[in-house]
Amino acid sequence: MPDYATLRLIWWLILGALLIGFAIMDGFDLGIGATFRFVGRTDEERRALLESIEPVWDGNQVWFIFAGGAVFAAWPLLYAASLSGLYLVTFALLFALILRPVGFMFRNKIAAARWRDAWDWALLIGGAVPALLFGVAFGNLFLGLPFHFDELQRPVFTGGFFGLLRPFALLAGVVSLSMLIMHGSVYAALKVGEPMSVRAAAVGRVAALVYAICFIAAGIWVASVLAGHQIASQANMFGPSNPTAKDVAVYQGAWLVNYRVHRILWLVPASALLAAVVTWSLLGARRPGVAFLSSSVTLAGTILTAGIALFPFLMPSSTQPDQGLTVWDASSSARTLFLMLVAVGVFLPVVLAYTAWVFRVLRGRITLEEIRRHAGRY
Amino acid sequence: MIDLAVVNASRLQFALTALYHFLFVPLTLGLSMILVIMEAVYVMTGREIWKRMTRFWGLLFGINFAMGVATGITMEFQFGTNWAYYSHYVGDILGAPLALEGLVAFFLEATFVGLFFFGWERLSRVGHLVVTALVALGSSLSALWVLIANAWMQHPVGAQFNPRTMRMELLSFSEVLLNPVAQAKFVHTAAAGYVVGSVFVLAVSAWYLLRGRNVDIARRSMAVAASFGLACALSVVVLGDESGYLASDNQKMKVAAIEAEWRTEEPPASFTVFGFPDVQARTTHAALRVPWLLGLIATRSIDTPVSGIVDLVARARVRIESGIEAHAALRALRANPADAAAQARFAAHQADLGYGLLLLRYVNDPSAATSRQIDEAAWSTVPNVPVLFWSFRVMVGLGLFFILLFATAFYLSARHRFEQNRWFLRIAFFSLPLPWIAAELGWIVAEYGRQPWSIDGVLPTFLGVSVTPVTNVWLSLAGFVLFYSALAVVDVYLLVRMIRRGPDGLGYWPPERAASGVP
Repeated sequence: MPDYATLRLIWWLILGALLIGFAIMDGFDLGIGATFRFVGRTDEERRALLESIEPVWDGNQVWFIFAGGAVFAAWPLLYAASLSGLYLVTFALLFALILRPVGFMFRNKIAAARWRDAWDWALLIGGAVPALLFGVAFGNLFLGLPFHFDELQRPVFTGGFFGLLRPFALLAGVVSLSMLIMHGSVYAALKVGEPMSVRAAAVGRVAALVYAICFIAAGIWVASVLAGHQIASQANMFGPSNPTAKDVAVYQGAWLVNYRVHRILWLVPASALLAAVVTWSLLGARRPGVAFLSSSVTLAGTILTAGIALFPFLMPSSTQPDQGLTVWDASSSARTLFLMLVAVGVFLPVVLAYTAWVFRVLRGRITLEEIRRHAGRY
Repeated sequence: MIDLAVVNASRLQFALTALYHFLFVPLTLGLSMILVIMEAVYVMTGREIWKRMTRFWGLLFGINFAMGVATGITMEFQFGTNWAYYSHYVGDILGAPLALEGLVAFFLEATFVGLFFFGWERLSRVGHLVVTALVALGSSLSALWVLIANAWMQHPVGAQFNPRTMRMELLSFSEVLLNPVAQAKFVHTAAAGYVVGSVFVLAVSAWYLLRGRNVDIARRSMAVAASFGLACALSVVVLGDESGYLASDNQKMKVAAIEAEWRTEEPPASFTVFGFPDVQARTTHAALRVPWLLGLIATRSIDTPVSGIVDLVARARVRIESGIEAHAALRALRANPADAAAQARFAAHQADLGYGLLLLRYVNDPSAATSRQIDEAAWSTVPNVPVLFWSFRVMVGLGLFFILLFATAFYLSARHRFEQNRWFLRIAFFSLPLPWIAAELGWIVAEYGRQPWSIDGVLPTFLGVSVTPVTNVWLSLAGFVLFYSALAVVDVYLLVRMIRRGPDGLGYWPPERAASGVP
């Protein structure tokens, strides 16, 4: 069994990998959900767009469900403090996500235009709201959340709902939304026939530009305005998970310390940005297959950029910075971390293998002719 | 210190969302298995009608499945939003089975369910059957993992409190995995789900036969539901999960409450078939008792006593006093982790720490609790006796009824006598809501009967809540009530519409009579 600090580091990497997996897989169906009503103008066009994701969205969403479970198992303090602290945000997210399974399944069951319109809007909310809120949540991590622990080690949150909608957090939300719309548009350009694929590519190019601008703006904001957190005392990477036993310094520019110490890490945000530009140009050149890869690089790069900036913090506290959660003091026990590491090592490759097989079975473009041939399979 | 308004609102929300989610889960479990049976017959015989049956019931399965997925997402995250202290306190143990549920079960089920609907033309016959089977396997596996987690809440094994992190930590995952309560619960719950699916197919098919519609499909569906349902209904009753109830004091308390067994009798104890439990007087009025039966059911022996409530409360009082010691030692350890005397004192009493925490409801410092408060805390370990007593009896009564229902269906099916026995078809149709009632009551017996604990003997429910304004909880609860009610209306509307349209109205295939190969 690796030592405790190594296990914690591995689990930080796994958490990142799961978020990236979630963004790449579920990201494209959230992105299509947010835009299909505009990219598809007739019911048949919308059905074609929906059919590109109907067979796979559910499996994709398990990335989110599993990431949640993995946080519960590996970072129980983070799970407890973040979900209870972001109470109303979490429920807004959950209510939006609830609309998706029923929306996909119910929409085509009845042909009436009003019925389908209503479910189209539900699916739009179910795609756009989560895409936005994931970014808002990440943005709030950079700002720090108002929480501390009481004497029983219960997390106490002292902020409200609207306190979470601060300008930087909203900017991060736009980064996330535009990034997933770009990704979804690439997938639509790849999977759906004309004219939807052409319109999707156009939407994707706009989204890529919006993403690039907002990503740079957020970077400047982090570098020149935001106060970051750094552990000021000797970090005990092997100690018991007690988030109240350290000192934290808060100062402007602290979120860039990791980049200053390891300059090679600048490649991560650079590749995220570059890949977005590449996606923009590949969509213009009608190469959505390669664009899917470059857009995936943007997703991965963006998540890693944020993760590296925050490291070793998982959830900084704005009101009691010393009690912010870090990789070294918010994990579960070494035994649980190791057990879950083995489980992920054994089962995740199996999941990836059968997921790949399912996508292979479903290969091919969904054209309007095909949509006209059947009333809907779902 | 504890905001009881938040506790009550959070409990109400969890109960409502769990009960609501559990309307869809058992049908998913049962229907997925029935789909596998029907499609297997199709693959083996090559008869088109079995494919049409699979697709028709698959359509209804899909509507229900979507509701199950939609209502399931909130369940996982509610632990964090509303039960933050609980999540911190036991996440080291409970997080693992819940994460594994996602990794091993949900991925499987959710990845292949799309191919079930979209793969008919893209896969070989056998290939598609394998996909269907993987969906069914995934849904049953998810029940397994969630019940391993739930069983740990009923009977927490393989874990220990760590004063340095202020939480329970895992000692042995194999003990958590092989928890005897988990095994009993899984078999019972999965079989109950299969019964729900079978009654659903039986009732809907009976409606077609009463109308003389879709007769070929309905007859065959009834035959499948009758045989599968009979086997499962027998399993549910024979393998009831009461066998796991004797593992600990708290589980014994649950049995005592279910049976309204106020005082320990000479073994083997008698079984109260009927009566009116009186909580104030601690007795059961007008009790109709069958000698020996309870002792046999609960202990599988004639000489082990079944503990009564009064005796269990006395035992709880002793443990609370020991828990006060544990709590005081823990405070000393928090101030100075190297305090050897406190370490020894904590080690001697740590098994009862949870009982000490029960007092936090009445007093901030358990050491300062009065004798009356300790009494009150001891009596708080008794769950709601009348509710458990009646829920259990209605559930068991329904279980026995299902055996009779399926046995009759099986007999009539073997003799091809459904149409001549319209009385039976009517009974079968009107039985439709009953398995849901039984399943929800089973949940009430198991979880309401676990009170006042969220983790038996370890963490009281009231202590597990998040520190959050009660308005937040009322807001989310109101959101659920509105949202879930609307979804329920849409769900029932769509199911009824699809059932009324019937297999021949779906447009997947030519009308029944014109189809070739139909015998």
